[in-house]
Amino acid sequence: MYNKKVLQHFKSPHNFGKIKNPDGIGKVGNIICGDVMWIYIKIGNNKKGEEIIKDIKFETYGCVAALASSSIVTDLAKGKTIEQALKINQEEMIKSLGGLPPIKTHCSILAVDALLEAIYDYSIKNKKIISKELEKHHKRVEREEKIIEEKYKEWS
Amino acid sequence: MKVIKTYLDYAATTPVDPRVLKAMLPYFTEKFGNSVSLHSFGEEAKRALEKSRSIMAKTLNAKNENEIIFTSSATESNNLAIKGMAFANQNKGKHIIISSIEHSCVLNSAEWLKKQGFKITKIKVDKYGVINPKEIEKAIRKDTILISIIHANNEIGTIEPIEEIGNICEKKKIYFHTDAVQSFAKIPIDVQKMRVDLLTASSHKLYGPKGAALLYIKKGTNIEPLIHGGDHEFGLRASTVNVPAIVGFGKTVEICEKEMKKESKRLSKLRDKLINGVLKKISDSYLNGHPKKRLPNNTNFRFSYVEGEAILMDLNSYGIAGSSGSACSSEKLEPSHVLLACGLRPEQAHGSLRLTMGRWTKEKDINYTLKILPKTIKKLRKISPYVQ
Repeated sequence: MYNKKVLQHFKSPHNFGKIKNPDGIGKVGNIICGDVMWIYIKIGNNKKGEEIIKDIKFETYGCVAALASSSIVTDLAKGKTIEQALKINQEEMIKSLGGLPPIKTHCSILAVDALLEAIYDYSIKNKKIISKELEKHHKRVEREEKIIEEKYKEWS
Repeated sequence: MKVIKTYLDYAATTPVDPRVLKAMLPYFTEKFGNSVSLHSFGEEAKRALEKSRSIMAKTLNAKNENEIIFTSSATESNNLAIKGMAFANQNKGKHIIISSIEHSCVLNSAEWLKKQGFKITKIKVDKYGVINPKEIEKAIRKDTILISIIHANNEIGTIEPIEEIGNICEKKKIYFHTDAVQSFAKIPIDVQKMRVDLLTASSHKLYGPKGAALLYIKKGTNIEPLIHGGDHEFGLRASTVNVPAIVGFGKTVEICEKEMKKESKRLSKLRDKLINGVLKKISDSYLNGHPKKRLPNNTNFRFSYVEGEAILMDLNSYGIAGSSGSACSSEKLEPSHVLLACGLRPEQAHGSLRLTMGRWTKEKDINYTLKILPKTIKKLRKISPYVQ
């Protein structure tokens, strides 16, 4: 079902764990659905003085696709400038994993969501200018969380 | 680390026993006749078919061999039982009682009948998955025509009080069907003692080939066929009979019946060793299903903070094969209806793992699993946000 690369990331995930005093945290997903991802970021500066993702770690509860996506998204984002990291999307991530079974692609959205939410969290806390796109993305994540909460109301 | 192939998914399917395969082989080649043909080739096939029928009747303690109908799968048998009974008896009423932990083929047959105007009552179970016969008695209405209750659940292995339910059905004169796919030839079954009118069993769960199953239909039971055509299987199931598979089914039941007592004792021991080992070695681990009233070969656990598909795939990398009731491991992306019916929350069902044993499971397989599984859970918990 899963390709070799996905299974490698699943067996030996990169960048998992916590960051103490992170600059931003993105928490997405719902345990009732079966996938939860938390991404922690630490921000630094490169030689040009641009803000970069100096360190990134994740904690994930979920299936193979969710765990592998978390691992690859942290790989993709690590060392990138915030501007570059904001451009990471689901297609790029799935491509880097060499593909995911169609039924599993929805799990991978969460990984990108968690990353962008962590950047959003950092931006808000540090009163940075938030691009329209990031704002839109944050609103979508919030909306989806509400829909899921509503769907699983009986379990809350 | 050395990977050791360890199959612990016998409730999904089993390998064919070499003795069974040997018995089947001639029926693919030299004894290939159509069981309804009148010539010697047909007669030869017919004899083999009737021998299997007689084995089944004896094993179930059916009064008459003609009470056994061969089908292609348990799903087909259950469809025939539920829909065939509904169609045949709808002039008497349109109410059917099932449990909330039936196999999906019973559940979805009932759901489909609902769309055709039938009324379905699903009986709840307790936290171990046990059905209270009194609840069934309470649910019976004037227009109840059929009650269908699984004998032993396929996920959690809980064995239901079929005899008690059978007595209620007999008293109330309501047809009673039981899906005995997981229990047949594993634990004793007596259709007369249990007072069942219909019973489903399957070959491939018992070291027989896929493509053969049966439906026991007590003489005098009013049922409509679903597959129309020739006169095979007493007009209740048209189709050229799959003689080689049914020969294999017969042979395997003969073997299972002979070895049942010893095998069930052996498996129960392995089961209890696995259960006790897992619960002892892994913190926040729980047993799903009943601690005592359960199939000799079934274990079903749940582990907090981790997801079942990830557990399965990590075990798979060590060669261990199991299954899970998590949403992510299902095609529908829904957690197991059986575990939810037992009162578990979805996130508890997501962390479930079923390990089922069989004829070739040895103590070393259990030891190996008890070595690997704690590592798997520990590793996944390290990544989980829910563990501090």
